[in-house]
Amino acid sequence: MKNPLLRGKLPWVIAALIVLFLLPLFLDRFYVYLAAIILLTGLCATSLNFVLGYGGVFQFHHAVFYGIGAYGTALMIIKSGLSPWLGFVVGPVAAGIVGFVIGVICIRLSKLYFGMLQISLGSLVWAIVYRWYSFTGGDDGIHGVPLPDIISSPNGAYYFTLTVTALSMFVLYRMIRSPFGSALQGIRDNPVRSEMIGVNVKLQQLIALTIAGFFGGVAGSLFVVVDNTVFPDMMFWTLSLELIIMCLLGGWFSFLGPMVGAGIIVLLRTYVSGLTVYWAFILGIIMMLVIFFLPNGVLGYLDRFVKKKARGG
Amino acid sequence: MLEVTSLQKSFDGFKAVNNASLSVKEGEVVAVIGPNGAGKTTLFNLITGVLKPDGGKVFFKGEDITGLPSYKVCRRGMSRSFQVVNVFPRLTVFENVQVSVLAQQKKTWNLFAPSAKLAIGETERILENVGLVDIKDATSAALSHGERKVLEIAIALGGSPEFLILDEPTAGMSPEETTRCIDLIKQLKEKLGITILFCEHDMEIVFSISDRIMVMVRGSTVIEGTCEDVRCCQEVQDAYLGGSDACLM
Ligand SMILES: Nc1ncnc2c1ncn2[C@@H]1O[C@H](COP(=O)(O)OP(=O)(O)O)[C@@H](O)[C@H]1O
Ligand SMILES: [Mg+2]
Repeated sequence: MKNPLLRGKLPWVIAALIVLFLLPLFLDRFYVYLAAIILLTGLCATSLNFVLGYGGVFQFHHAVFYGIGAYGTALMIIKSGLSPWLGFVVGPVAAGIVGFVIGVICIRLSKLYFGMLQISLGSLVWAIVYRWYSFTGGDDGIHGVPLPDIISSPNGAYYFTLTVTALSMFVLYRMIRSPFGSALQGIRDNPVRSEMIGVNVKLQQLIALTIAGFFGGVAGSLFVVVDNTVFPDMMFWTLSLELIIMCLLGGWFSFLGPMVGAGIIVLLRTYVSGLTVYWAFILGIIMMLVIFFLPNGVLGYLDRFVKKKARGG
Repeated sequence: MLEVTSLQKSFDGFKAVNNASLSVKEGEVVAVIGPNGAGKTTLFNLITGVLKPDGGKVFFKGEDITGLPSYKVCRRGMSRSFQVVNVFPRLTVFENVQVSVLAQQKKTWNLFAPSAKLAIGETERILENVGLVDIKDATSAALSHGERKVLEIAIALGGSPEFLILDEPTAGMSPEETTRCIDLIKQLKEKLGITILFCEHDMEIVFSISDRIMVMVRGSTVIEGTCEDVRCCQEVQDAYLGGSDACLM
Protein backbone atom coordinates (compact mmCIF):
# COMPACT_ATOMS: atom_id res chain seq x y z
CA MET A 1 0.00 0.00 0.00
CA LYS A 2 2.97 2.32 0.49
CA ASN A 3 2.90 3.61 -3.04
CA PRO A 4 5.52 6.16 -4.17
CA LEU A 5 3.45 6.97 -7.25
CA LEU A 6 0.58 8.02 -5.07
CA ARG A 7 2.48 9.60 -2.22
CA GLY A 8 1.01 13.01 -1.56
CA LYS A 9 -1.59 12.20 -4.18
CA LEU A 10 -4.20 14.76 -3.22
CA PRO A 11 -2.41 17.76 -4.82
CA TRP A 12 -2.08 15.78 -8.04
CA VAL A 13 -5.73 14.87 -8.08
CA ILE A 14 -6.68 18.49 -7.55
CA ALA A 15 -4.27 19.64 -10.26
CA ALA A 16 -5.70 17.07 -12.69
CA LEU A 17 -9.24 18.18 -11.89
CA ILE A 18 -8.33 21.82 -12.50
CA VAL A 19 -6.77 20.96 -15.86
CA LEU A 20 -9.84 18.92 -16.79
CA PHE A 21 -12.07 21.78 -15.69
CA LEU A 22 -10.23 24.29 -17.87
CA LEU A 23 -10.00 21.96 -20.87
CA PRO A 24 -12.97 23.40 -22.84
CA LEU A 25 -11.35 26.84 -22.70
CA PHE A 26 -8.50 25.88 -24.98
CA LEU A 27 -9.68 22.79 -26.85
CA ASP A 28 -11.88 22.44 -29.93
CA ARG A 29 -15.33 21.01 -29.68
CA PHE A 30 -14.26 17.62 -31.00
CA TYR A 31 -11.53 17.23 -28.40
CA VAL A 32 -13.87 18.21 -25.61
CA TYR A 33 -16.21 15.50 -26.86
CA LEU A 34 -13.31 13.05 -26.94
CA ALA A 35 -12.25 13.98 -23.39
CA ALA A 36 -15.81 13.34 -22.17
CA ILE A 37 -15.84 9.95 -23.89
CA ILE A 38 -12.53 9.04 -22.27
CA LEU A 39 -13.82 10.06 -18.84
CA LEU A 40 -17.01 8.04 -19.04
CA THR A 41 -15.30 5.05 -20.64
CA GLY A 42 -12.70 5.23 -17.89
CA LEU A 43 -15.45 5.23 -15.29
CA CYS A 44 -16.94 2.17 -16.95
CA ALA A 45 -13.57 0.37 -16.94
CA THR A 46 -13.01 1.37 -13.30
CA SER A 47 -16.40 -0.06 -12.34
CA LEU A 48 -15.44 -3.29 -14.12
CA ASN A 49 -12.12 -3.32 -12.29
CA PHE A 50 -13.96 -3.01 -8.98
CA VAL A 51 -14.95 -6.67 -9.41
CA LEU A 52 -12.18 -7.80 -11.80
CA GLY A 53 -8.99 -6.40 -10.26
CA TYR A 54 -10.20 -5.94 -6.70
CA GLY A 55 -12.77 -8.73 -6.50
CA GLY A 56 -11.15 -11.42 -8.64
CA VAL A 57 -14.47 -12.02 -10.41
CA PHE A 58 -14.23 -12.82 -14.12
CA GLN A 59 -16.77 -10.26 -15.27
CA PHE A 60 -16.39 -10.90 -18.99
CA HIS A 61 -19.43 -9.00 -20.21
CA HIS A 62 -19.45 -5.71 -18.38
CA ALA A 63 -20.61 -3.72 -21.42
CA VAL A 64 -24.11 -5.05 -20.79
CA PHE A 65 -24.44 -2.76 -17.78
CA TYR A 66 -23.07 0.18 -19.73
CA GLY A 67 -25.71 -0.50 -22.38
CA ILE A 68 -28.53 -0.94 -19.89
CA GLY A 69 -27.58 2.30 -18.17
CA ALA A 70 -27.71 4.08 -21.52
CA TYR A 71 -30.97 2.50 -22.72
CA GLY A 72 -32.58 2.92 -19.31
CA THR A 73 -31.80 6.61 -19.35
CA ALA A 74 -32.75 7.21 -22.98
CA LEU A 75 -36.01 5.24 -22.83
CA MET A 76 -37.03 6.86 -19.57
CA ILE A 77 -36.49 10.32 -21.05
CA ILE A 78 -38.30 9.55 -24.30
CA LYS A 79 -41.16 7.35 -23.18
CA SER A 80 -42.08 8.36 -19.66
CA GLY A 81 -42.79 12.04 -20.00
CA LEU A 82 -41.42 12.53 -16.50
CA SER A 83 -38.49 14.77 -15.60
CA PRO A 84 -35.50 13.81 -17.76
CA TRP A 85 -33.30 13.90 -14.65
CA LEU A 86 -35.15 10.82 -13.46
CA GLY A 87 -33.60 8.98 -16.40
CA PHE A 88 -30.19 9.39 -14.83
CA VAL A 89 -31.43 7.53 -11.78
CA VAL A 90 -33.39 4.86 -13.61
CA GLY A 91 -30.57 3.86 -16.00
CA PRO A 92 -27.94 3.09 -13.34
CA VAL A 93 -30.45 1.49 -10.97
CA ALA A 94 -31.67 -0.78 -13.78
CA ALA A 95 -28.05 -1.71 -14.51
CA GLY A 96 -27.47 -2.45 -10.83
CA ILE A 97 -30.56 -4.67 -10.69
CA VAL A 98 -29.54 -6.59 -13.80
CA GLY A 99 -26.04 -6.87 -12.33
CA PHE A 100 -27.58 -8.42 -9.24
CA VAL A 101 -29.80 -10.82 -11.21
CA ILE A 102 -27.04 -12.02 -13.56
CA GLY A 103 -24.82 -12.28 -10.48
CA VAL A 104 -27.31 -14.49 -8.65
CA ILE A 105 -27.42 -16.85 -11.63
CA CYS A 106 -23.66 -16.96 -12.25
CA ILE A 107 -22.18 -16.68 -8.77
CA ARG A 108 -22.41 -20.38 -7.94
CA LEU A 109 -19.94 -21.06 -10.74
CA SER A 110 -16.27 -20.46 -10.27
CA LYS A 111 -13.91 -18.24 -12.25
CA LEU A 112 -13.92 -19.13 -15.94
CA TYR A 113 -17.37 -20.76 -15.87
CA PHE A 114 -18.73 -17.63 -14.28
CA GLY A 115 -17.29 -15.63 -17.17
CA MET A 116 -18.66 -17.95 -19.83
CA LEU A 117 -22.18 -18.02 -18.43
CA GLN A 118 -22.06 -14.26 -18.06
CA ILE A 119 -21.13 -13.85 -21.72
CA SER A 120 -24.12 -16.01 -22.69
CA LEU A 121 -26.58 -14.13 -20.50
CA GLY A 122 -25.15 -10.79 -21.60
CA SER A 123 -25.48 -11.74 -25.24
CA LEU A 124 -29.08 -12.66 -24.53
CA VAL A 125 -29.70 -9.13 -23.23
CA TRP A 126 -27.99 -7.74 -26.32
CA ALA A 127 -30.17 -9.93 -28.60
CA ILE A 128 -33.35 -8.73 -26.89
CA VAL A 129 -32.38 -5.10 -27.30
CA TYR A 130 -31.32 -5.74 -30.89
CA ARG A 131 -34.60 -7.43 -31.86
CA TRP A 132 -37.16 -5.45 -29.93
CA TYR A 133 -37.73 -2.76 -32.57
CA SER A 134 -40.92 -1.31 -31.16
CA PHE A 135 -39.37 -0.53 -27.79
CA THR A 136 -35.62 -0.12 -28.27
CA GLY A 137 -35.41 0.90 -31.89
CA GLY A 138 -33.55 -2.32 -32.71
CA ASP A 139 -30.28 -1.99 -34.53
CA ASP A 140 -31.01 1.64 -35.40
CA GLY A 141 -30.81 2.54 -31.74
CA ILE A 142 -32.25 5.82 -30.51
CA HIS A 143 -31.07 9.17 -31.79
CA GLY A 144 -31.50 12.71 -30.60
CA VAL A 145 -32.44 12.02 -27.03
CA PRO A 146 -33.79 15.33 -25.68
CA LEU A 147 -31.83 16.59 -22.69
CA PRO A 148 -32.32 19.32 -20.09
CA ASP A 149 -30.95 22.63 -21.42
CA ILE A 150 -28.14 22.94 -18.94
CA ILE A 151 -26.42 19.76 -20.15
CA SER A 152 -27.42 19.79 -23.81
CA SER A 153 -24.59 22.04 -25.06
CA PRO A 154 -21.21 20.34 -25.72
CA ASN A 155 -19.62 22.13 -22.77
CA GLY A 156 -22.62 21.46 -20.55
CA ALA A 157 -22.38 17.76 -21.41
CA TYR A 158 -18.66 17.81 -20.69
CA TYR A 159 -18.99 19.45 -17.30
CA PHE A 160 -21.82 17.14 -16.33
CA THR A 161 -19.70 14.13 -17.34
CA LEU A 162 -16.67 15.46 -15.49
CA THR A 163 -18.64 16.08 -12.30
CA VAL A 164 -20.46 12.75 -12.27
CA THR A 165 -17.32 10.81 -13.20
CA ALA A 166 -15.25 12.52 -10.49
CA LEU A 167 -17.93 11.84 -7.87
CA SER A 168 -18.36 8.23 -8.95
CA MET A 169 -14.60 7.64 -8.94
CA PHE A 170 -14.41 9.10 -5.45
CA VAL A 171 -17.18 6.82 -4.21
CA LEU A 172 -15.56 3.76 -5.83
CA TYR A 173 -12.23 4.69 -4.29
CA ARG A 174 -13.76 5.00 -0.85
CA MET A 175 -15.43 1.62 -1.27
CA ILE A 176 -12.17 -0.05 -2.24
CA ARG A 177 -10.49 1.42 0.84
CA SER A 178 -13.41 0.44 3.11
CA PRO A 179 -13.76 -2.78 5.11
CA PHE A 180 -16.02 -3.98 2.30
CA GLY A 181 -13.14 -3.40 -0.12
CA SER A 182 -10.65 -5.09 2.20
CA ALA A 183 -12.85 -8.17 2.35
CA LEU A 184 -13.28 -8.06 -1.44
CA GLN A 185 -9.53 -7.99 -2.01
CA GLY A 186 -9.17 -10.83 0.46
CA ILE A 187 -11.63 -12.85 -1.61
CA ARG A 188 -9.69 -12.08 -4.77
CA ASP A 189 -6.50 -13.37 -3.16
CA ASN A 190 -7.96 -16.41 -1.46
CA PRO A 191 -11.66 -17.27 -1.36
CA VAL A 192 -11.26 -20.37 0.80
CA ARG A 193 -9.35 -18.48 3.45
CA SER A 194 -11.80 -15.57 3.28
CA GLU A 195 -14.65 -17.91 4.03
CA MET A 196 -12.65 -19.38 6.92
CA ILE A 197 -12.21 -15.97 8.56
CA GLY A 198 -15.97 -15.46 8.54
CA VAL A 199 -16.65 -13.70 5.23
CA ASN A 200 -19.76 -14.77 3.32
CA VAL A 201 -17.87 -14.91 0.03
CA LYS A 202 -20.74 -15.31 -2.44
CA LEU A 203 -22.88 -12.62 -0.86
CA GLN A 204 -19.96 -10.20 -0.69
CA GLN A 205 -19.24 -10.79 -4.39
CA LEU A 206 -22.90 -10.40 -5.27
CA ILE A 207 -23.08 -6.98 -3.64
CA ALA A 208 -19.86 -6.02 -5.44
CA LEU A 209 -21.37 -7.12 -8.77
CA THR A 210 -24.43 -4.99 -8.10
CA ILE A 211 -22.27 -1.96 -7.33
CA ALA A 212 -20.15 -2.57 -10.45
CA GLY A 213 -23.30 -2.87 -12.56
CA PHE A 214 -24.65 0.36 -11.12
CA PHE A 215 -21.53 2.39 -11.95
CA GLY A 216 -21.27 0.76 -15.37
CA GLY A 217 -24.81 2.07 -15.81
CA VAL A 218 -23.77 5.54 -14.67
CA ALA A 219 -21.14 5.55 -17.42
CA GLY A 220 -23.79 4.45 -19.92
CA SER A 221 -26.17 7.26 -19.02
CA LEU A 222 -23.30 9.74 -19.36
CA PHE A 223 -22.84 8.48 -22.91
CA VAL A 224 -26.43 9.51 -23.65
CA VAL A 225 -25.58 13.01 -22.47
CA VAL A 226 -22.39 13.27 -24.50
CA ASP A 227 -23.49 11.54 -27.69
CA ASN A 228 -27.28 11.90 -27.62
CA THR A 229 -27.66 8.37 -28.93
CA VAL A 230 -27.85 4.78 -27.83
CA PHE A 231 -27.33 1.72 -29.99
CA PRO A 232 -27.14 -2.05 -29.38
CA ASP A 233 -23.40 -2.27 -30.05
CA MET A 234 -22.89 -0.48 -26.73
CA MET A 235 -23.55 -3.85 -25.14
CA PHE A 236 -21.92 -6.07 -27.75
CA TRP A 237 -19.27 -8.38 -26.35
CA THR A 238 -16.41 -6.75 -28.27
CA LEU A 239 -16.83 -3.65 -26.12
CA SER A 240 -16.56 -5.87 -23.04
CA LEU A 241 -13.30 -7.17 -24.41
CA GLU A 242 -12.07 -3.61 -24.89
CA LEU A 243 -12.99 -2.80 -21.29
CA ILE A 244 -10.98 -5.78 -20.04
CA ILE A 245 -8.02 -4.70 -22.17
CA MET A 246 -8.28 -1.19 -20.70
CA CYS A 247 -7.97 -2.66 -17.19
CA LEU A 248 -5.04 -4.89 -18.10
CA LEU A 249 -3.30 -2.21 -20.14
CA GLY A 250 -3.59 0.55 -17.56
CA GLY A 251 -2.96 -1.78 -14.64
CA TRP A 252 -5.70 -3.66 -12.89
CA PHE A 253 -4.09 -3.44 -9.48
CA SER A 254 -3.93 0.36 -9.58
CA PHE A 255 -7.03 2.40 -8.95
CA LEU A 256 -6.42 4.77 -11.87
CA GLY A 257 -5.08 2.04 -14.17
CA PRO A 258 -8.37 1.42 -16.00
CA MET A 259 -8.83 5.18 -16.53
CA VAL A 260 -5.35 5.40 -18.10
CA GLY A 261 -6.11 2.30 -20.19
CA ALA A 262 -9.37 3.84 -21.35
CA GLY A 263 -7.53 6.97 -22.41
CA ILE A 264 -5.08 4.99 -24.52
CA ILE A 265 -7.67 2.71 -26.11
CA VAL A 266 -10.18 5.46 -26.87
CA LEU A 267 -7.47 7.59 -28.50
CA LEU A 268 -6.20 4.64 -30.51
CA ARG A 269 -9.71 3.70 -31.53
CA THR A 270 -10.40 7.25 -32.66
CA TYR A 271 -7.23 7.72 -34.67
CA VAL A 272 -6.27 4.23 -35.79
CA SER A 273 -9.65 2.82 -36.70
CA GLY A 274 -9.98 5.75 -39.08
CA LEU A 275 -6.86 4.59 -40.92
CA THR A 276 -7.45 0.88 -40.93
CA VAL A 277 -10.24 -1.63 -40.79
CA TYR A 278 -8.14 -3.95 -38.69
CA TRP A 279 -9.12 -2.50 -35.30
CA ALA A 280 -9.82 -5.92 -33.77
CA PHE A 281 -6.44 -7.11 -35.03
CA ILE A 282 -4.70 -4.16 -33.38
CA LEU A 283 -6.57 -4.79 -30.13
CA GLY A 284 -5.34 -8.37 -30.19
CA ILE A 285 -1.76 -7.23 -30.63
CA ILE A 286 -2.07 -4.70 -27.79
CA MET A 287 -3.46 -7.45 -25.56
CA MET A 288 -0.52 -9.72 -26.40
CA LEU A 289 2.08 -7.01 -25.83
CA VAL A 290 0.54 -6.15 -22.48
CA ILE A 291 0.50 -9.75 -21.33
CA PHE A 292 4.13 -10.28 -22.33
CA PHE A 293 5.72 -6.95 -21.44
CA LEU A 294 3.44 -5.12 -19.02
CA PRO A 295 1.81 -7.77 -16.82
CA ASN A 296 0.95 -5.07 -14.27
CA GLY A 297 -0.11 -2.52 -16.85
CA VAL A 298 1.23 0.94 -17.57
CA LEU A 299 0.70 2.24 -14.03
CA GLY A 300 2.13 -0.94 -12.50
CA TYR A 301 5.21 -0.43 -14.67
CA LEU A 302 5.59 3.23 -13.74
CA ASP A 303 5.09 2.37 -10.10
CA ARG A 304 7.97 -0.11 -10.17
CA PHE A 305 10.08 2.36 -12.14
CA VAL A 306 9.51 5.09 -9.54
CA LYS A 307 10.27 2.68 -6.69
CA LYS A 308 13.56 1.73 -8.35
CA LYS A 309 14.48 5.39 -8.77
CA ALA A 310 13.55 6.05 -5.15
CA ARG A 311 15.94 3.32 -4.08
CA GLY A 312 18.61 4.87 -6.28
CA GLY A 313 18.72 1.78 -8.52
CA MET B 1 -16.40 -28.21 23.49
CA LEU B 2 -15.94 -30.19 20.26
CA GLU B 3 -17.53 -33.56 19.73
CA VAL B 4 -16.93 -35.45 16.49
CA THR B 5 -18.69 -38.78 15.96
CA SER B 6 -17.97 -41.30 13.20
CA LEU B 7 -17.24 -38.81 10.44
CA GLN B 8 -17.04 -40.16 6.88
CA LYS B 9 -15.71 -38.68 3.68
CA SER B 10 -14.91 -40.36 0.36
CA PHE B 11 -13.19 -38.97 -2.70
CA ASP B 12 -14.26 -40.92 -5.78
CA GLY B 13 -14.89 -44.01 -3.69
CA PHE B 14 -11.65 -43.67 -1.73
CA LYS B 15 -12.47 -43.40 1.96
CA ALA B 16 -10.19 -40.59 3.16
CA VAL B 17 -11.98 -40.32 6.49
CA ASN B 18 -13.80 -43.36 7.72
CA ASN B 19 -15.21 -43.43 11.21
CA ALA B 20 -13.18 -40.72 12.85
CA SER B 21 -14.26 -39.70 16.32
CA LEU B 22 -12.83 -37.14 18.65
CA SER B 23 -13.71 -35.02 21.61
CA VAL B 24 -12.02 -31.91 22.91
CA LYS B 25 -12.88 -30.29 26.24
CA GLU B 26 -12.64 -26.62 26.95
CA GLY B 27 -9.08 -25.50 27.72
CA GLU B 28 -7.43 -28.66 26.40
CA VAL B 29 -4.71 -29.05 23.82
CA VAL B 30 -5.44 -32.14 21.75
CA ALA B 31 -3.19 -33.58 19.03
CA VAL B 32 -4.18 -35.70 16.07
CA ILE B 33 -1.32 -37.88 14.86
CA GLY B 34 -1.04 -40.40 12.09
CA PRO B 35 1.05 -41.16 9.02
CA ASN B 36 0.89 -39.03 5.87
CA GLY B 37 -2.38 -39.52 4.09
CA ALA B 38 -4.13 -40.74 7.24
CA GLY B 39 -6.82 -38.12 6.69
CA LYS B 40 -5.91 -35.53 9.32
CA THR B 41 -6.24 -32.54 7.01
CA THR B 42 -9.46 -33.93 5.57
CA LEU B 43 -10.79 -34.35 9.11
CA PHE B 44 -10.03 -30.68 9.85
CA ASN B 45 -11.66 -29.67 6.58
CA LEU B 46 -14.79 -31.57 7.59
CA ILE B 47 -14.90 -29.97 11.03
CA THR B 48 -14.44 -26.44 9.69
CA GLY B 49 -16.89 -26.71 6.81
CA VAL B 50 -14.34 -26.55 3.99
CA LEU B 51 -15.67 -29.99 2.99
CA LYS B 52 -19.09 -31.51 3.65
CA PRO B 53 -19.06 -34.92 5.36
CA ASP B 54 -20.82 -37.93 3.81
CA GLY B 55 -21.79 -39.13 7.27
CA GLY B 56 -21.27 -38.50 10.96
CA LYS B 57 -21.79 -35.48 13.15
CA VAL B 58 -19.84 -32.51 14.44
CA PHE B 59 -21.00 -30.75 17.61
CA PHE B 60 -19.43 -27.50 18.72
CA LYS B 61 -20.34 -25.96 22.07
CA GLY B 62 -23.29 -28.31 22.23
CA GLU B 63 -24.69 -27.34 18.83
CA ASP B 64 -24.78 -29.37 15.64
CA ILE B 65 -22.51 -27.67 13.09
CA THR B 66 -22.29 -30.59 10.66
CA GLY B 67 -22.01 -29.29 7.09
CA LEU B 68 -22.28 -25.61 8.00
CA PRO B 69 -20.32 -23.35 5.62
CA SER B 70 -16.95 -22.15 6.92
CA TYR B 71 -17.98 -18.57 7.49
CA LYS B 72 -20.73 -19.67 9.85
CA VAL B 73 -18.42 -22.06 11.67
CA CYS B 74 -15.95 -19.22 12.08
CA ARG B 75 -18.59 -16.87 13.45
CA ARG B 76 -19.30 -19.40 16.19
CA GLY B 77 -15.77 -19.02 17.51
CA MET B 78 -13.67 -21.55 15.62
CA SER B 79 -10.61 -20.56 13.58
CA ARG B 80 -7.93 -22.55 11.87
CA SER B 81 -4.58 -22.36 10.15
CA PHE B 82 -3.77 -24.42 7.08
CA GLN B 83 -1.02 -26.96 6.45
CA VAL B 84 -0.26 -25.57 3.01
CA VAL B 85 0.26 -21.84 3.45
CA ASN B 86 -3.05 -20.19 2.67
CA VAL B 87 -2.69 -16.43 3.14
CA PHE B 88 -3.67 -13.37 1.06
CA PRO B 89 -0.61 -12.96 -1.19
CA ARG B 90 -1.21 -9.44 -2.53
CA LEU B 91 -2.05 -7.93 0.85
CA THR B 92 0.54 -6.78 3.36
CA VAL B 93 1.13 -8.73 6.57
CA PHE B 94 -0.85 -6.09 8.43
CA GLU B 95 -3.77 -6.23 5.99
CA ASN B 96 -3.80 -10.03 6.13
CA VAL B 97 -4.55 -9.95 9.83
CA GLN B 98 -6.66 -6.81 9.68
CA VAL B 99 -9.15 -8.28 7.21
CA SER B 100 -9.63 -11.19 9.57
CA VAL B 101 -10.25 -8.84 12.51
CA LEU B 102 -12.67 -6.78 10.38
CA ALA B 103 -14.57 -9.94 9.46
CA GLN B 104 -14.74 -10.94 13.11
CA GLN B 105 -16.10 -7.51 14.01
CA LYS B 106 -18.73 -7.97 11.28
CA LYS B 107 -17.60 -4.83 9.49
CA THR B 108 -17.30 -6.24 5.98
CA TRP B 109 -20.56 -4.59 4.91
CA ASN B 110 -19.28 -1.18 5.81
CA LEU B 111 -18.79 0.55 2.45
CA PHE B 112 -17.58 4.00 3.40
CA ALA B 113 -15.44 4.06 6.53
CA PRO B 114 -11.72 3.91 5.72
CA SER B 115 -10.16 0.54 6.59
CA ALA B 116 -6.94 2.37 7.35
CA LYS B 117 -8.50 3.64 10.58
CA LEU B 118 -10.24 0.48 11.73
CA ALA B 119 -9.19 -2.49 13.84
CA ILE B 120 -5.69 -1.06 14.17
CA GLY B 121 -5.10 -1.78 17.85
CA GLU B 122 -6.41 -5.32 17.72
CA THR B 123 -4.34 -6.12 14.62
CA GLU B 124 -1.18 -4.61 16.10
CA ARG B 125 -1.65 -6.62 19.28
CA ILE B 126 -1.91 -9.89 17.37
CA LEU B 127 1.14 -9.07 15.26
CA GLU B 128 3.06 -8.25 18.39
CA ASN B 129 1.98 -11.50 20.04
CA VAL B 130 3.20 -13.64 17.17
CA GLY B 131 6.30 -11.53 16.49
CA LEU B 132 5.49 -10.22 13.01
CA VAL B 133 5.16 -6.57 13.92
CA ASP B 134 8.55 -5.64 12.43
CA ILE B 135 7.57 -6.81 8.96
CA LYS B 136 3.95 -5.72 9.03
CA ASP B 137 4.25 -3.59 5.87
CA ALA B 138 5.82 -6.32 3.75
CA THR B 139 3.65 -7.98 1.11
CA SER B 140 2.93 -11.46 2.36
CA ALA B 141 4.18 -13.02 -0.88
CA ALA B 142 7.63 -11.65 0.01
CA LEU B 143 7.89 -13.51 3.34
CA SER B 144 9.96 -16.58 4.11
CA HIS B 145 8.19 -19.88 4.52
CA GLY B 146 8.51 -19.79 8.30
CA GLU B 147 7.13 -16.26 8.51
CA ARG B 148 4.20 -17.21 6.35
CA LYS B 149 3.41 -20.16 8.61
CA VAL B 150 3.32 -17.75 11.56
CA LEU B 151 1.13 -15.39 9.53
CA GLU B 152 -1.20 -18.36 9.02
CA ILE B 153 -1.71 -18.51 12.77
CA ALA B 154 -1.98 -14.74 13.08
CA ILE B 155 -4.83 -14.65 10.53
CA ALA B 156 -6.62 -17.35 12.51
CA LEU B 157 -6.16 -15.33 15.70
CA GLY B 158 -7.79 -12.34 13.99
CA GLY B 159 -11.09 -14.12 14.50
CA SER B 160 -10.64 -14.03 18.32
CA PRO B 161 -11.28 -17.77 18.43
CA GLU B 162 -12.25 -19.77 21.48
CA PHE B 163 -11.25 -22.85 19.57
CA LEU B 164 -8.26 -23.03 17.26
CA ILE B 165 -7.27 -25.75 14.80
CA LEU B 166 -3.64 -25.82 13.65
CA ASP B 167 -2.72 -28.09 10.74
CA GLU B 168 0.99 -28.92 11.06
CA PRO B 169 1.92 -25.46 12.36
CA THR B 170 5.68 -26.08 12.39
CA ALA B 171 6.02 -27.98 9.11
CA GLY B 172 9.02 -26.69 7.17
CA MET B 173 10.20 -24.34 9.92
CA SER B 174 13.80 -24.00 11.02
CA PRO B 175 14.61 -25.31 14.54
CA GLU B 176 14.61 -21.79 16.01
CA GLU B 177 11.33 -20.93 14.32
CA THR B 178 9.88 -24.17 15.60
CA THR B 179 10.87 -23.36 19.19
CA ARG B 180 9.28 -19.93 18.94
CA CYS B 181 6.16 -21.41 17.38
CA ILE B 182 5.79 -23.94 20.21
CA ASP B 183 6.17 -21.15 22.77
CA LEU B 184 3.47 -19.25 20.93
CA ILE B 185 1.08 -22.20 21.03
CA LYS B 186 1.69 -22.66 24.77
CA GLN B 187 1.02 -18.96 25.29
CA LEU B 188 -2.23 -19.14 23.36
CA LYS B 189 -3.41 -21.84 25.69
CA GLU B 190 -2.18 -20.35 28.93
CA LYS B 191 -2.61 -16.61 28.44
CA LEU B 192 -5.60 -16.46 26.12
CA GLY B 193 -7.27 -19.67 27.27
CA ILE B 194 -7.79 -20.89 23.71
CA THR B 195 -8.71 -24.53 23.26
CA ILE B 196 -6.45 -26.07 20.63
CA LEU B 197 -6.71 -29.02 18.26
CA PHE B 198 -3.64 -29.59 16.12
CA CYS B 199 -1.75 -32.16 14.13
CA GLU B 200 1.99 -32.47 13.95
CA HIS B 201 4.64 -34.86 12.72
CA ASP B 202 7.25 -34.20 15.36
CA MET B 203 6.44 -36.59 18.23
CA GLU B 204 8.54 -34.66 20.71
CA ILE B 205 6.41 -31.57 20.15
CA VAL B 206 3.23 -33.59 20.33
CA PHE B 207 4.11 -35.18 23.64
CA SER B 208 5.40 -31.93 25.09
CA ILE B 209 2.31 -29.77 24.54
CA SER B 210 -0.71 -32.06 24.29
CA ASP B 211 -3.09 -32.98 27.06
CA ARG B 212 -4.53 -35.76 24.96
CA ILE B 213 -3.82 -37.44 21.64
CA MET B 214 -5.96 -39.02 18.96
CA VAL B 215 -4.28 -41.45 16.60
CA MET B 216 -5.63 -41.78 13.10
CA VAL B 217 -4.72 -44.46 10.58
CA ARG B 218 -6.28 -44.83 7.15
CA GLY B 219 -9.10 -42.48 8.01
CA SER B 220 -10.14 -44.12 11.26
CA THR B 221 -9.56 -43.33 14.89
CA VAL B 222 -7.31 -46.00 16.38
CA ILE B 223 -7.13 -44.69 19.90
CA GLU B 224 -7.89 -41.52 21.78
CA GLY B 225 -6.31 -40.98 25.16
CA THR B 226 -3.60 -39.42 27.27
CA CYS B 227 0.00 -39.36 26.14
CA GLU B 228 0.69 -42.40 28.32
CA ASP B 229 -2.17 -44.39 26.84
CA VAL B 230 -0.96 -43.65 23.36
CA ARG B 231 2.70 -44.43 24.04
CA CYS B 232 1.82 -47.85 25.35
CA CYS B 233 -0.85 -48.79 22.88
CA GLN B 234 0.18 -51.85 20.86
CA GLU B 235 -1.84 -50.90 17.82
CA VAL B 236 -0.14 -47.55 17.63
CA GLN B 237 3.25 -49.19 17.92
CA ASP B 238 2.39 -51.49 15.06
CA ALA B 239 0.66 -49.10 12.80
CA TYR B 240 2.49 -45.91 13.28
CA LEU B 241 5.40 -45.66 15.64
CA GLY B 242 7.36 -48.31 13.82
CA GLY B 243 6.57 -51.44 15.80
CA SER B 244 9.29 -51.06 18.39
CA ASP B 245 8.63 -53.30 21.32
CA ALA B 246 8.69 -51.08 24.33
CA CYS B 247 6.58 -48.59 26.09
CA LEU B 248 9.59 -46.35 26.49
CA MET B 249 9.47 -43.76 23.78
N1 LIG C 1 -9.67 -33.12 -2.43
C1 LIG C 1 -9.23 -34.40 -2.48
N2 LIG C 1 -9.53 -35.18 -3.55
C2 LIG C 1 -9.12 -36.47 -3.61
N3 LIG C 1 -8.40 -37.08 -2.66
C3 LIG C 1 -8.06 -36.36 -1.57
C4 LIG C 1 -8.45 -34.98 -1.42
N4 LIG C 1 -7.98 -34.52 -0.24
C5 LIG C 1 -7.33 -35.56 0.32
N5 LIG C 1 -7.37 -36.67 -0.46
C6 LIG C 1 -6.79 -37.96 -0.15
O1 LIG C 1 -7.24 -38.31 1.14
C7 LIG C 1 -6.20 -38.91 1.87
C8 LIG C 1 -6.01 -38.18 3.17
O2 LIG C 1 -5.39 -36.95 2.92
P1 LIG C 1 -5.09 -35.90 4.06
O3 LIG C 1 -6.32 -35.64 4.81
O4 LIG C 1 -4.43 -34.73 3.42
O5 LIG C 1 -4.05 -36.68 4.97
P2 LIG C 1 -3.03 -36.10 6.06
O6 LIG C 1 -3.35 -34.67 6.32
O7 LIG C 1 -3.27 -36.98 7.25
O8 LIG C 1 -1.66 -36.29 5.51
C9 LIG C 1 -4.96 -38.90 0.99
O9 LIG C 1 -4.82 -40.19 0.41
C10 LIG C 1 -5.29 -37.89 -0.06
O10 LIG C 1 -4.69 -38.25 -1.29
MG1 LIG D 1 -2.25 -33.01 6.16
